[in-house]
Amino acid sequence: MTSPLLEVKDLAVQFRTMDGTVRAVDGVSFTVDEGEILGVVGESGSGKSVTVMSMLGLIPQPPGRIVGGSVSFQGTDLLNTSKRHLNQVRGEEIGMIFQDPMTALNPVMRIGKQIAEAILIHHRRTSSSAALSRAVDLLRLVGVPQPESRVHQYPHQFSGGMRQRAMIAMAIANDPSLLIADEPTTALDVTIQAQVLDMLRRAQAETGAATIFITHDLGVVAELAERVIVMYAGRIMESGSVRTIFTSPRHPYTAGLLNSLPSLEHDTETLTPIPGSPPNLLVPTPGCPFQPRCEIGRDREICTTTRPPLVEVASGHESACHFTEEVLAR
Amino acid sequence: MSSADSDALLVVRDLVKHFPIRRGVFRHVGSVVKAVDGVSFDLVRGETLGLVGESGCGKTSTGRLLMRLEEPTSGQIRYAGRDLGPLSGPDRKLIARDIQIVFQDPYASLSPRMTVHDIVAEPLRVQKLYGRTGSAKVDEVLESVGLRRQHASRYAHEFSGGQRQRIGIARALVLNPSVLVLDEPVSALDVSIRAQVINMLEQLQNELGLAYLFISHDLSVVRHTCDRVAVMYLGKIVETGTRPQIFTTPTHPYTQALLSAIPSPNGEGDRRERIVLRGDVPNPSDPPSGCRFRTRCWKAQDICATEEPPLLPQASEHLVACHFPQPIDVLGGEPVGRYSDAE
Repeated sequence: MTSPLLEVKDLAVQFRTMDGTVRAVDGVSFTVDEGEILGVVGESGSGKSVTVMSMLGLIPQPPGRIVGGSVSFQGTDLLNTSKRHLNQVRGEEIGMIFQDPMTALNPVMRIGKQIAEAILIHHRRTSSSAALSRAVDLLRLVGVPQPESRVHQYPHQFSGGMRQRAMIAMAIANDPSLLIADEPTTALDVTIQAQVLDMLRRAQAETGAATIFITHDLGVVAELAERVIVMYAGRIMESGSVRTIFTSPRHPYTAGLLNSLPSLEHDTETLTPIPGSPPNLLVPTPGCPFQPRCEIGRDREICTTTRPPLVEVASGHESACHFTEEVLAR
Repeated sequence: MSSADSDALLVVRDLVKHFPIRRGVFRHVGSVVKAVDGVSFDLVRGETLGLVGESGCGKTSTGRLLMRLEEPTSGQIRYAGRDLGPLSGPDRKLIARDIQIVFQDPYASLSPRMTVHDIVAEPLRVQKLYGRTGSAKVDEVLESVGLRRQHASRYAHEFSGGQRQRIGIARALVLNPSVLVLDEPVSALDVSIRAQVINMLEQLQNELGLAYLFISHDLSVVRHTCDRVAVMYLGKIVETGTRPQIFTTPTHPYTQALLSAIPSPNGEGDRRERIVLRGDVPNPSDPPSGCRFRTRCWKAQDICATEEPPLLPQASEHLVACHFPQPIDVLGGEPVGRYSDAE
């Protein structure tokens, strides 16, 4: 077996605030294989964005602090590498697509120049005219109409969907081996989201880049990813193939999420919500962070005292729960 | 439509709102954004009508017109048989008690300087109804939305998103309205909290007999909460019908595209054919001639550019504005025909 493209081990990230220390990411481990699409789902504050941002050295330190773990990418630990090497990896080997293209793009720079800049930074010998014509090709690839004239426009002249396409073009400009997309379609309307997802799928097939897709939308994950990680309170609750996770979840949080979703295809009489609200990350829990909201663990001592490890419940399917069998039985 | 008028609580006819875009030193009107352009619907006591569409389709503007947060350019809104247009002063204030709104963003819509009690009591004070019983009324309403009396002395920032939205709902309920305009009431909430608020809204509706105008872009939530649905595109209703009509026999190509585009987590999405529409929503200040959807429609013919299709009945209660209406059960996996993103 070849080693994975990316291997994250026991990553822990904290933020120091006026009220105390927030454990935003609390011992997260996962791998990404070459060419695969991994979905990372979780609600706001679950640590999904902080996980990938800290991998790339993109969280402000202070107040952020990586307190432990390693991130091995193509054999080097990104957490202990030179600034120069990190700069080389970012944008060349790892492409990034952010949620809000309006804030991620430079408003006073033409689209084509921004894409060309991403190329020129990593390929100093390329002429700027060659980089610009590559920008036109990239825009065509991501489905921007009339790329020859669009390349000379500014971000405000692009619609939301078109801006996100330009972002994707920029992210794949250097043919990266890993793409990270952080809620890339959340700000878009459904019909435009469908276009962009379609495009992402094509760009991924074209470049063969492995992709980490971060979202809070379980539907988007089901549509795009092969494997999925479910995060809650800075920890991984469950991971496995999309089909298994959505049809036979083995963690009460995942099961609860699925039960609380109204269906598009069928009339649902009643929704079963997860009681309570997400935990305060300022207060460390020795046990399972989901315990106060959990049907299974609410009255069990072990769930409040011992943190359940992520254990394999079936091939390629892991769950961090003391009572995975009971989840299955329900 | 006139037959339904008698039992409808709220009757909206040909509602129009045009926003002028002023340009230049003399602020002359350059063009007009037709945010709402001839919208008609009825709302019956105790029912939920979903108003769906993408951003810029006019669904929020329609809600704001009902609340008189905007003055309509033309058209009529009748509540309990009375035309709200000519009302002013005390009469209008009286009607305002009956139609209340819950906003989308529970962070922006609650004052950070007021306690929860003051936020919820404000409508009573504005209406000069607070008096001796106001305090008890506030407590009662807070309890009905699942908050405790002790919460009343705290400030909004001390609450989570879901709890804030409960405060917003309590504020809307304190005047005992009969109609609630819910503008994307759960869109800003986390998935695990959404179901709590949806269930609470349903329970309140059953107990109080409220009518909801449920504005949303999330069709899964709409399928769960709404009795009837109106689909809007560029300021117009393109299709309206009962929940089963819209979800199992969608007839307007836009409704079909919208339903097919939604990613679904239950693995059933696989058998669904996706309609990936080409292009963006056109500029609402310069909508296409004829049918406004024709520039993105795979069925468009010459007639669609020259003649605007009227909203015509396909079945009882099911109205569709299309020259080539054809029901397709896209969610059930019925094929749509050849269509893909033109590059």
